[in-house]
Amino acid sequence: MEIIKFLIPMALGMGMIFVGLFIWSTRSGQFDDLDTPSKRMLLEDDETHLVNKPITHERKDV
Amino acid sequence: MSAVVESRESQFETFSYDDKLTKMFAIATMVWGVVALFLGVWVAFELATYKMNLDSPYFTFGRLRPLHTNAAIFAFVGNAIFAGIYYSTPRLLKTRMASDLMGRIHFWGWQLIIVAAAISLPLGYTTSKEYAELEWPIDIAVALVWVTFGVNFFLTLKQRRERHIYVAIWFYIATIITVAVLYVVNNLEVPVSWMKSYSLFAGVQDALVQWWYGHNAVAFFLTTPFLGLMYYFIPKAVNRPVYSYRLSIIHFWSLIFVYIWAGPHHLLYSALPEWVQTVGMAFSIALWAPSWGGMINGLLTLRGAWDRVRKEPILKFFATAVTFYGMATFEGPLLSIKSVNAIGHFTDWIVGHVHAGTIGWNYMMTAGVLYYMVPKLWKTELWSQRLANIQFWSATIGLLLYIMSMWTAGITQGLMWRAVDETGKLVYPDFVETVIKIIPMYWVRAFGGVLVLFGFILLIINLYKTIKLAPKEENQEEEKFKALPLSASPLDTHGGPHRKLEGLTLLFSVLSFVAIIIGSMIELLPALLSNNFIAKDARVKPYRPLEVAGRDIFVREGCYTCHSQLVRPMAAEKLRYGRVSTAAEYVYDRPFQWGSRRIGPDLMRVGGKYNHMWHYRHMLNPREVTPGSIMPNYPWLFKNKVKFEALTKKLNVLAALGAPYSKEEIDNAPMLAKEHAQKIMNELEAGGVKKKMIDKEIVALIAYLQRLGTDLGGDDEISSVE
Repeated sequence: MEIIKFLIPMALGMGMIFVGLFIWSTRSGQFDDLDTPSKRMLLEDDETHLVNKPITHERKDV
Repeated sequence: MSAVVESRESQFETFSYDDKLTKMFAIATMVWGVVALFLGVWVAFELATYKMNLDSPYFTFGRLRPLHTNAAIFAFVGNAIFAGIYYSTPRLLKTRMASDLMGRIHFWGWQLIIVAAAISLPLGYTTSKEYAELEWPIDIAVALVWVTFGVNFFLTLKQRRERHIYVAIWFYIATIITVAVLYVVNNLEVPVSWMKSYSLFAGVQDALVQWWYGHNAVAFFLTTPFLGLMYYFIPKAVNRPVYSYRLSIIHFWSLIFVYIWAGPHHLLYSALPEWVQTVGMAFSIALWAPSWGGMINGLLTLRGAWDRVRKEPILKFFATAVTFYGMATFEGPLLSIKSVNAIGHFTDWIVGHVHAGTIGWNYMMTAGVLYYMVPKLWKTELWSQRLANIQFWSATIGLLLYIMSMWTAGITQGLMWRAVDETGKLVYPDFVETVIKIIPMYWVRAFGGVLVLFGFILLIINLYKTIKLAPKEENQEEEKFKALPLSASPLDTHGGPHRKLEGLTLLFSVLSFVAIIIGSMIELLPALLSNNFIAKDARVKPYRPLEVAGRDIFVREGCYTCHSQLVRPMAAEKLRYGRVSTAAEYVYDRPFQWGSRRIGPDLMRVGGKYNHMWHYRHMLNPREVTPGSIMPNYPWLFKNKVKFEALTKKLNVLAALGAPYSKEEIDNAPMLAKEHAQKIMNELEAGGVKKKMIDKEIVALIAYLQRLGTDLGGDDEISSVE
């Protein structure tokens, strides 16, 4: 059962890494916005423009 | 107002996507998909009729099943993951992947690894650890290519133009990190030669590491990257935001945290310490919640768009995939409950469960992703909606036939194994009876598999036509996109970035402290208790040289794909096989050979059960001694010679890993093996076998089989079971 000594800390370590990453990502504001990310990903073709096409619309947030 | 717009305008950065790489991975997915599914159908027919094994080493079930699983997981699903990630990541992060070159290295490296697997596995080069069968040089290549992929991915993250990382990206990150750790740890092995190694771990330990890996291969290769794909492609395909972003965050973090622990549910009722089994079971049941979080989020994203699901094949595939994901992740926790596992384990129920996941979830998702992605990549429309619909129905019906036949076969066989009459005797003492009973189900399953494969061939025809009719690439300029740099979208901060940093430093200090304390405590605890877990048994001795040679043949032929070596502590098992397995008996097993499926009977106590001549005739033609057997013939074992000279090196490596061989034993290994072979030959000759067979592999294999489970001597009392 020697491997338990290695595997349990490793599983815990990986778990802790994920918990740590979670806390870090929450603190760093990744999840502050629970609304727009899910909509922004749909808008990629609006948000990024073809270079050869003139940008015609004004950004609403400006 | 317009001045502001002007100034932002000048800040725009221009970039393009490396869609060529995505196209390469998409095509590789189609090519390997057909190969993996074809292999699956082939091995399914091998179980329906043994003749499909073709009496050839390269086509036996034992060698082809690992090739099928590796091809399905790493070649088919693997390439689909990469295609999906290389398509969605740059689009979500508004940047090109960091390095075109690393992308190419990743692509060609991965394809070469697949080719190496396709050659080496049928040739019998295997470590026999499920889904990690590839031998050590290929393992190193896998690790290197995976790291290249990871570096490229993280560099891309660094140069992103989108501040908030969308949930799909989180799933990709967890995949890349965890697969690297799992793959490296489970493949720690000591080379004996090119393409032969012994596992660093032995017996119970090896089993624990293997299923920690095995289950998380399901978790972090078949699940998390596909959830990432789900979060990108389903909202895109219906053009609706994901149902709940908050739910996606909660289920993501809980899923990856809980999944890591679930591995021991593959080893319930084994010689693994009870508490490890219980931990595995508890976490497996807990896993139900985060899994269904993903399913609910995926399905409810389709809310209000169900009318489109009726018409659009892409959405049919996605809706079905998520439904099967939900079903498989309900069945998984169910099978992890010990009392359910007692019937389900080692039966076809597990095989059905796995395919509900791989065909229901991975195949269906992949089909949806390809139908969405390929027309977009080649800037055209899908050639035929009708053909896609036919594929959908063909695959779905095939899958249902598959799952239902395996449920029936699994539960039937599980109940037959344990049936005991009122006098305390097994109702079906002949194992082969329980096999013959389920052969009709094997035909149904194989037919279901054909439908799944047929569907995929339709997909290839459809996408081939789509690509062929697309506008020629040379005439197209690479599409250019514009986006603001990351600096233009500053973090939404409540207390200022500096304050956050302060918070982080403190947080990380606290976290590392907690990690150290918990890690140290857990590390010390089993060390104190471990003597109680594996009571060393002086009667257990390392394998003798000829048995080592025989064991390597057993591993090479993939016998573990049909035979377990683990008698579980249950009355019916004890009646059928004999003494219940103990952890101490496996300390010299590198790798362990517990297996995961009993298509044939358990072999833990086969040593001494039959005479040498029985084994000799059985390997030549199993039906001669066991009418109705579906085991392949092994004629090549009667032609190939044992490599006696290699035994010194093998014993040396095993001794270095802790097997107590004397120096004399190691140096004289070939001679000792020949003497041992002579003893077996004496009996075989009496049975009419020619003398020249003495140096053939069959003799070594008999030596190993006759040794199995004999170290503890005669029978014990059933009370020791408790």
